[in-house]
This record gives sequence, C-alpha cells and structure tokens, in this order.
Amino acid sequence: MKNKFSIIVIIFFLIFCFGIFYKGLDNSNIYAPKIKDKKNIPIFKAKDFNSNIYINSEKIFKEDTFYIVNIWASWCVPCRTEHPLLMVLSKNHSAKLIGLNYRDNLNNAKKFIKELGNPYSQILIDSDGILSVEFGAYGVPETFIIDKNKRIIRKFIGPINKEIVEEIKLIIK
Amino acid sequence: MLANQIGYYSLISGLLLSFLLCGVSIKDLNSSSKRINQKILSLSFLQLVFVIVSFLSLILSFINSDFSNETVFNNSHTTKPLFYKISGTWGNHEGSLLLWLLVLTLFIFLFLIKSKEQPKKYRILTLLFQQIIIIGFFLFVLMTSNPFNYLFPIPSEGLGLNPILQDPALAIHPPILYLGYVGTSIIFSSSLAAVTQNYVSREWGQHIKKWVLLSWIFLTIGIMLGSIWAYYELGWGGFWFWDPVENVSLMPWLTLTALLHCIIVLERRNALTSWVVILSIATFTLSMCGTFLVRSGILNSVHTFANDPARGIFILIFLFVLIVLSLGIFFLFHRENKNNSNNFFWLSRETAILLNNWFMMYFLSVVLIGTVYPIFLDVISSEKISVGPPFYQKLIVPFLIPFLFFMSLGPRLKWIKSKIENKNSLIVTFIISVILTFFIIKNLTTDLLFYTVLVSAAFFLFFTTLKELFVKKFNNIAQTVAHFGFSLLVLSILFNSILSSEIITNIKVGEKYNYSKGKIFFKKIEERQESNFKSIIAYFEIKNTSGKIVELKPEIRIYNQPVIITSEADIKTTLLEDKFLVMNLVKGNEYFNIRYQIKPFMIWIWISVLLISLGGLMSLFKKRYEK
Amino acid sequence: MKILKIFIILFLSISFSQLKADEKNIKLKSKILKNIRCLICQGQSVYDSESDFASSIKLIVDKKINEGLKEEKIYEFLREKYGDWIIYDPELSKNTYILWLLPLLLFLLGGVIMKKKIKF
Repeated sequence: MKNKFSIIVIIFFLIFCFGIFYKGLDNSNIYAPKIKDKKNIPIFKAKDFNSNIYINSEKIFKEDTFYIVNIWASWCVPCRTEHPLLMVLSKNHSAKLIGLNYRDNLNNAKKFIKELGNPYSQILIDSDGILSVEFGAYGVPETFIIDKNKRIIRKFIGPINKEIVEEIKLIIK
Repeated sequence: MLANQIGYYSLISGLLLSFLLCGVSIKDLNSSSKRINQKILSLSFLQLVFVIVSFLSLILSFINSDFSNETVFNNSHTTKPLFYKISGTWGNHEGSLLLWLLVLTLFIFLFLIKSKEQPKKYRILTLLFQQIIIIGFFLFVLMTSNPFNYLFPIPSEGLGLNPILQDPALAIHPPILYLGYVGTSIIFSSSLAAVTQNYVSREWGQHIKKWVLLSWIFLTIGIMLGSIWAYYELGWGGFWFWDPVENVSLMPWLTLTALLHCIIVLERRNALTSWVVILSIATFTLSMCGTFLVRSGILNSVHTFANDPARGIFILIFLFVLIVLSLGIFFLFHRENKNNSNNFFWLSRETAILLNNWFMMYFLSVVLIGTVYPIFLDVISSEKISVGPPFYQKLIVPFLIPFLFFMSLGPRLKWIKSKIENKNSLIVTFIISVILTFFIIKNLTTDLLFYTVLVSAAFFLFFTTLKELFVKKFNNIAQTVAHFGFSLLVLSILFNSILSSEIITNIKVGEKYNYSKGKIFFKKIEERQESNFKSIIAYFEIKNTSGKIVELKPEIRIYNQPVIITSEADIKTTLLEDKFLVMNLVKGNEYFNIRYQIKPFMIWIWISVLLISLGGLMSLFKKRYEK
Repeated sequence: MKILKIFIILFLSISFSQLKADEKNIKLKSKILKNIRCLICQGQSVYDSESDFASSIKLIVDKKINEGLKEEKIYEFLREKYGDWIIYDPELSKNTYILWLLPLLLFLLGGVIMKKKIKF
C-alpha cells in the first residue's frame, strides 16, 4: 500500500514538473519587465539642457497632460533611427516629450539636436546616468509613458518603431 | 560538399543500425546460446564507426570553411586559426550533439567488449537501454539539430565563432566533460539492465565500479577545466559563479560521488541495492536535465547555447520518457534483498558512507532548487527573482563543517562494527588544527568564530589524511589521496577567499599608482594586428614593498567577425599566489580602467582537484586483491 | 602648547576613525556591489562590470552609503526600481520561503531516513 501511494505521489510530482517546464519554455528568458504596479515618477532635480539651471521634477511634470520621457544620447546609434518617429510624436498635442540626455557630451548632444531637430518640449541632462536609474531604465534608448496622475504606465526598451508609435498614440488619446 | 552528404547519411545509417541492433539483441535475448551473438558486437562497432565518420565529416567541413554547411557558416570564419576551426566543431549546439552520440556509442561498444565475463542477458539489456538513449539522440539531431543542413547560395564568409570561446582550455573542456557527463549513460543503462535481471549485487557492484570511476574522473577534470577557463578567460578573477550551466555540471558530479561511495558498500556488504539503482538513474537524469536547461533557452546564463524552444520541447519529452521508463522498471522489477538486514551499526564504515550520502543529497538539493526555483516561481506567479552566490554559500558552507569532520573519521572505521582507534592521536590532531587555525586566522578576518571552526575542520581532515599517507600502510591509498585532495581544495579556496585583495582604478599611460603594498606603473601601450583581431597590449610594472618588480601585460582585443571587444587578463602564477591584471577601455577617455588582484594559493585549487582525480585513477587501477 | 597637543590628538583620532569608517564603507560598498546584478551584462555583477549601467549604479550606491543608508534600504531602493531580479541574494520573503526552507526540510527528511537505517 505504501508503495502504491508513493508511486502516485511521484507520478503527480513528475507531471507537475513537466507542466512547469513546458510552460516555462514559452516564457521569454530575456528579462523585460511589464509594469505591474504603476509607479509614481521619481522626485528629482535636474539641469535643463539649454538654460543650465536646476529644475524640480514637480515643475517639469506640472501640466495636466500625458508625458513621454525619452532617454537618448548623441553617441547612441539606435537613437538616430528612432529620432524621426519622435519628431512625429512631438506633433501630437496629447503628450509632451521630455528628453533625458544620457551620459553625453553637451556639445555633441547640442549638435545632434541641431542636426536632427528637437522633438522635446524640455531636455534634462543626465550626465552620470543616475536619473535614468531613478526611472528604472536599463540604458539607451528607452521610452516611458507617464499618465495624468504622474505615474509610469508603460516602458519601451530599445528604439521605438512604427507599431510602438501607434500603440503610444492610442494610450495618450 | 561531399563531406556534408557523407556526414548526413552516416547519421541516418547510425539510426538504422540502432533499430537493427535492437532487433538482433531482442532475438538473442531469447536464444538459448550461452554466449552473446558476435553480430551484436560487430554492429555496435559499426554504429560507432558511422558516428565517427559523421563527426569527422563535420570537422572536415570546418577545416575547409565549407560554408555550404549551415553549422559551419554560423560558427566559423576563414580567418579563424586552424586549432579553433577544429574545436569550433563541438563548440556549437549541433556539433556538441555529435559529441554526445560519439560518447554514447563509444561507451556502449567499450562496455560490450569489456564485460565478457558478465551474464549474457544483462549485457544485452544494457545495450538495449543504451540504444533507447542513442535513438533518442539520433532523432533529436536529425529532426531539430542537423549539423549538415545545406545553404544555397553558398555564402563566401561565415558568421564567426565567439572569440571568448577561442581558448585552449575551452577547446578540450567539452570532450572531457562529455566523457564524464555522457558516460553516466552507461551506468544508467546497466543499472536498469541489472534491476530487470535481479543482478544488483556484489558482483555487479565490482563490475560497474570501473565505469563509475571512469565517468567520475572525467567529470571532475571536465568541471575543473571549465573553471580554469572561466578564471583565465572571463576576466573577473573568479572561477565559480554558481551560474546555471556550472550548477548543471555539478549536480551529476554530486550524485556520482555519492554513487561511488555506495558502490563500495554494495561491493562489501551487498547492501543499499535500491539506493544504488536510484542514484544511477538520478545521475544520468540530471545530465539530461542539464542538457535541457542549458539548450532550451529556459534559463538565462553566461554560457547558454543558441535558444530554441522547439529543441527544448523535444529534450523535455525525451527526458520525461526516460524518467518514467526507468522508474517504471525500478518499481516493477526491483526486489529487496530479504536476507540482508539493511540496518547498519552506528559506528561503522557503512554508516559513514550513509552520512556522506545524506550530506551529498542535501548539497544536491541546494544546487538543484537554487537553479530551477526561479523557473517555477516565474511560471506560477510571474515573479522573477535571482538566486545568486549568496544563496549557495549560506546554505552549503555551514554544512561543510560537519561534513569535513565525518570525512576525517569515516575512513578510519571498520566495516560492520567498529571502535574509534587511536582516540588520543585524533584528539591531538584536532587540537593542533584548532590552534594552528586560530593563530593564522585571527588577524585576517572579522568573522573569527565561523572561519576558525570551518578552517579547523579542513585542517583536521588535512592532517588526518596526511598522516594516513605517511604513517599507515598503503591500503586504501586511493581514497586517502582523494580525501586529502579534497581537504586541500577546501583550504585553498578558503585561504584564497580570505587573503585575496583587489585594486580598481583608472590610469593613464605613463602614470603611477600607489597602493598600500606597492606601486603600479603603466609603462606603455602597443598595438598589433593579428589574423582576426586587433590587439592593444598594455605594459605594467608592479613593484611591491620589498622592491621586487613583476611585469604584467593585459590585452584588449577587438575582433572583426563578429565585432566583439574582449579583455584578456595577464596572470602571473607562482606556487604562493597569482597576480591577476585586467584592463578595460573607458568610453570616450584616454585613460583605462584596471583591476589588479592578488590571489594567494590559486594554483593549489587546481592541484587539489587533480589530486582528487588522481585518487580516482589510483582506484581504477588498483589490483583486485588489495583490501 | 598643551591646547595644541590636545587639538592634534583629537584631530588625529577623528581622522583615524574617519579612515576606519572609510575602510568600512569601502568594504560595505564592495559587498553591496557584488550582490547587484548588472542588468545589461550577461551574468556579471555590478562590481565586476564597467558598463554604463554598472557605473551609474555604483555612483548611486556610493551616494546612498554616504547618506548613511543601511544595506537593506539600498537593496529595497533598487528592488523598487528594477524588481527582485536585480539582487543576487534572494531575501526571505513570501516568494522565497520555499526556496530557503525546502533544502533544509529535505536535510531533515534525510536525517529521518538515516535514523531508520541505523541501529545503536
């Protein structure tokens, strides 16, 4: 009797493990977190790109609108590819684009903007990458959507493409 | 081109031979002849030949940079040095599966010719069970991982091999590791065969022990080579990261070591029959499980192969078929040895071996649970956590203390019933260990109590085995050497970890950096162009307080196909310590970031693993009449 | 003169304790950085990596240690931003009870089996 019981237990255990591993194969192993709980935007002070003065985060995000925070750098090649799409998004009046210039040389960054255009209503300097960590970013380029309640509701790692632009447009309607 | 055809059709032939072999074997099982049908041996040899031919064809394609072969295209490049073109054959998923098949077919053939005194049915059944595994792998290769896929039009250049894999230690690491890892298949097959024949006995134990030792020696050295590669190549100065792929090679080693100890009890006392079979099944199952975890993409690791869920599903199903089959056979056929009371006296060598198994299974559970728990958690609750070195260290290290003690005392116990002899000398050795430890450790670390106990335990094992080597007669010398090696391993790792120091700093050419025990001088930089990379060699002079100068030349390599930048550490090794210097580029700056590590007793870690393997080797060649 | 001597002794002892504190901080910083995963590297800790991400994390950890934050709080901060995945040491939490307890339970189970097999 004891033998039969242990056999049944083992069979169930094996089926359980098999199921878990089978399901596990479907999940991607590249860790790209979906945002589970909407987090509030961090509170910080950053230097403005153009004026070189420190501004408070409350002042930056003060309006009652969606915000799109985009992390970029002049040395980042995919940032160039996504730039025209950012220009498209900047024409949309439902959201304001805030740029975070990541670990960059100010002159190079200014040249980048001059050459390709400025989609941002405001650009902040993140010379050591600390600001990006406050947002929970991995690197560059990365884009965050912030709702009217000042919470981060969506995150895109890597350059945005046409599908993502459509998705963003739907979110910020 | 032709090599592709030959290789592919050799694989098909090998698969067909499997079916033929199964048919002939089943017929021979039922035949009344006392001897095994010689055809079986010839067919098994033929199967081995086909696999060798297939393997050689792939190697040839790599050497010729035949990019009409998809595997060669994905993993090689015309500028690769010849040695690495060859080793690139098994450095990729498809090629490594050919290596699996090679070891599977080689071992069953060797088994057949070396087991002539064994019962006929047992040998045939071992072959049959092994063929199930072989068929599974042939199907896996042909259906999901064919190394002989055609590419048309033929590309003119390949995608190249990851330069980190271009290293001599890593080139021989897979073949040696597989001889151990895949070699456990024979133990699996033969133990299942023995169970069906009610042959799990003293005689079988004596016979199978050689195979257990053989796999164990290769597995030990294979794991060591992997660690050596990580130490020399990965540039972080570490040699074990509790990375899933490392854990996956460690798990079969733990069960195999436990099995090795149980076989000794089986030989002597004809006991622990069920446990021996369970361990044999578990060892190969863990090897297969490891293959699944590493190749299916389910785990994230430094050294995962190409991820492909389709392959993962195949291995998963194959793995579970094997588990169900083996457990089924065990439950159906296994009969307990009724005349043997399976209870051991508490103070006896058998009990000591049981203690070893108890701890080994615990260590196994820590490594296994740590490795697969994140998968379970992710599937069940979508939470992702990391299980890193702190987990393994916290759960394993404290248990090493009693483990080391039991290792010192166990071998001194006699079989069946024993007394502890020479209690006084033991106590003296113990006191010496503690005092020695205390004086060495007290200025070195803050965790005084913990380290004192741990290091004392290691020293205790060290001195008791050392004494046994010099004072006692030479019975069980193999075991003493292996246990001594283990004590040396623990001591080297502990002292290395306590005494290592590291300096991290940014430095420009021509600059000097002062630290507490000396000066680092960045002399100059040289740039060189090699066949498939550009190299930046930095010359450093390190002068310590006694005025001795050591020159270290770390290198940065910029590969051309694929474009990868690697840092090659320069390591100066002496018996006393390793000096380790690695250099990294700092983006957009003229200065470099360097890490200088002083690592005492590093080489003793490798020496001690070699000693452990030597013990195994000595046991393998021990004469039958020695006690 | 005496006041000068007292001043020098005071100054030295404060510097010395500051040095000791700095040394402690450095050790703490190394310990923490080794426990943080570099999220854009393959299997490296932030301590071992020189990537952009690692450099930023190092600066943040430095800042927080100087602000006097305890080790636990620093991990909490990073977990809040990046999830549990970023810390190598799986802390005891509702997610990890089984992880930590199961091996120990199995050890006890082994002990029970051992006891059955041994006669005294």
